[in-house]
Amino acid sequence: MFTLLQTASSSFGYILPNEAELQWSVLIVLYPYLTGLVAGAFILASLVRVFNAEAVKPTYRLALLTALAFLICAPLPLVSHLGHPERGYEIMMTPHTSSAMAMFGYVYLWYLLVVLLLEVWFDYRKDIVLMGQRSTGLMKVVYNALALGLKDISEKSLAFDERAGRFLTIIGIPSAVLLHGYVGFIFGSIKGNPWWSSVLMPVIFLLSAIVSGIAMVLLLYVVTSNWRKKQIDVRCVSAVGRYLMFALIFDLTLEMLDITHRIYEAGEWLEILKLLSSGHLIETMFIGQIFIGAVVPLVALAIMQAAKMSDREKVWAHSVCSVLVLLGVLLMRWNVVIGGQLFSKTLSGLTTYRLELVGAEGILAAIAILALPFVILWVLVKLLPPWDDDSKTRIQMAK
Amino acid sequence: MSEVKRKITREEFLWTAVKSTALVALGAAGYGVFNKASTGLVRKRDLLDRKKTGKQNFSMAIDIEKCIGCGLCVEACSKENNVPADHYRTWIERYVIKKDGTVLIESPQGGMHGFSDDVHEEDVERAFFVPKLCNQCEHSPCTQVCPVGATFNSEEGVVLVDYDYCIGCRYCIQACPYGSRFWNPVKKTADKCTLCYHRIMNGQLPACVEVCPTGARIFGDLSDPESPVSKFTKENQTMALKPHLQTGAKVAYKGLSKEVV
Repeated sequence: MFTLLQTASSSFGYILPNEAELQWSVLIVLYPYLTGLVAGAFILASLVRVFNAEAVKPTYRLALLTALAFLICAPLPLVSHLGHPERGYEIMMTPHTSSAMAMFGYVYLWYLLVVLLLEVWFDYRKDIVLMGQRSTGLMKVVYNALALGLKDISEKSLAFDERAGRFLTIIGIPSAVLLHGYVGFIFGSIKGNPWWSSVLMPVIFLLSAIVSGIAMVLLLYVVTSNWRKKQIDVRCVSAVGRYLMFALIFDLTLEMLDITHRIYEAGEWLEILKLLSSGHLIETMFIGQIFIGAVVPLVALAIMQAAKMSDREKVWAHSVCSVLVLLGVLLMRWNVVIGGQLFSKTLSGLTTYRLELVGAEGILAAIAILALPFVILWVLVKLLPPWDDDSKTRIQMAK
Repeated sequence: MSEVKRKITREEFLWTAVKSTALVALGAAGYGVFNKASTGLVRKRDLLDRKKTGKQNFSMAIDIEKCIGCGLCVEACSKENNVPADHYRTWIERYVIKKDGTVLIESPQGGMHGFSDDVHEEDVERAFFVPKLCNQCEHSPCTQVCPVGATFNSEEGVVLVDYDYCIGCRYCIQACPYGSRFWNPVKKTADKCTLCYHRIMNGQLPACVEVCPTGARIFGDLSDPESPVSKFTKENQTMALKPHLQTGAKVAYKGLSKEVV
């Protein structure tokens, strides 16, 4: 199982004495993966609200809650990787203005407090008020607290909620771009590392984020619908699949442009990067990230646009594509973060990264961090049901 | 009327939210300024104009032809600065250019215990040693990326790390193109060569310079034209490592060969 994630064990050439250990582990691979899912899920949600993409409406609230659940977990791998997590708040208290990373705290808080929480609140306020009226005991207290004392659900008031939500979505799109674009900039701006140093890096990060977010929401929609034994809206699945295909086209094109540009430009780093990608990264990059994670789902999604398939087959095929895309984007993060540390800054040697099973930065810790957003999402879904059918019936019941 | 009243309440609520967010942000910024002002250490992000302040600009030059690869400097540095095992503030690389054109580069344990005679002499075209250390860059990529400003260019031209302030994100280690920074597993912060700041500020030489038996390391104040390092760089053709990266690397090498990475 680990062969895919484990790089070849032999090192090669000369690496500097201080390069024997890798600085950024699998946890730092997860960080851009998690924020990418946030940005992608939010952008899918914004299609409904700002661009009136009616067909994908059944996924709107689920996408918002998915973004929120993943955003809550996003700082976790970063903070637990710090040598002094207790000093982590300094990044917000005394941010160093020339550092791309110093933006983190502000972008994160802006996105969490101003964009996502407010948007979810405006979108759910009516439901919260109605559920507060309907429930008893502890839940009544919870819903009343969530309503923040604003229980007016007159038409005028709800129209204001709608306007505010729309406004927040419009702010949210550039915010999502910022949230994830800056993560790409953290890597792209390191001039001492030719694997990272690329002006395309933030754009590629962003596009792969959109791809992964759409795939995650699509998969969650199918899985939760099956779980709840509800009819899956195939028109919605196809529409989301179409957005996924377009995002994937842009993403793959830029990734190929990046590779082509590097090969054609043939800088002093070409030899070592060739060795890196043909040896240490062949499974995770060419086979995993590009072929299985992008080309196969892209071709499948394209075929599905024309092929005659039953609804059941369509849902299955879209789900499989989503899984492949999610795997591909995770591997892309791996290839950037780990790949960028597998060669010496002298450009004359390769080193290795051994992923441990246990330990603070091992596979199990990574799996736990990846699983946590789903637990949070489960709680959020229980608290704020995102389903169209449910909320309608609940509201009717309350009336 | 009640409708209007409710609407105002809502707007008021929103405004309060906006205002309190702004207040919290201002408070945080204020605390940051206060925090910085009250810290004893001056964190300079930019180099001061030394002509005005009369401060030194410490640096080092390396005479590659004089280095015999004995490793005393690496050992002295390690002891002087309590450098954890397998981590290096300075190290020596050995380059062996063989007659068939291949280049062998190595630095076993940073060259601390010297080098073994494992290459047949008749295969060797030429060989030399290159001591390396932090280049104390004028435009250091490591200080640029530090998210909290825990690493900085000191007034005396030395790039330092405030170990009580570093959060340990390791971004600076990634940004250094020379591999001069390392993770200190004891302090749990980034660490690097300080040119023995604690010694040079007391008029002593850095430990590596003091123990070098051949005078391959030349130390001094670049702002003083009579200092050994100023004289050496004036009298010899020297070059910095990776000049194309425009880091403003100050450590000057005499006799740098094209094979050096």
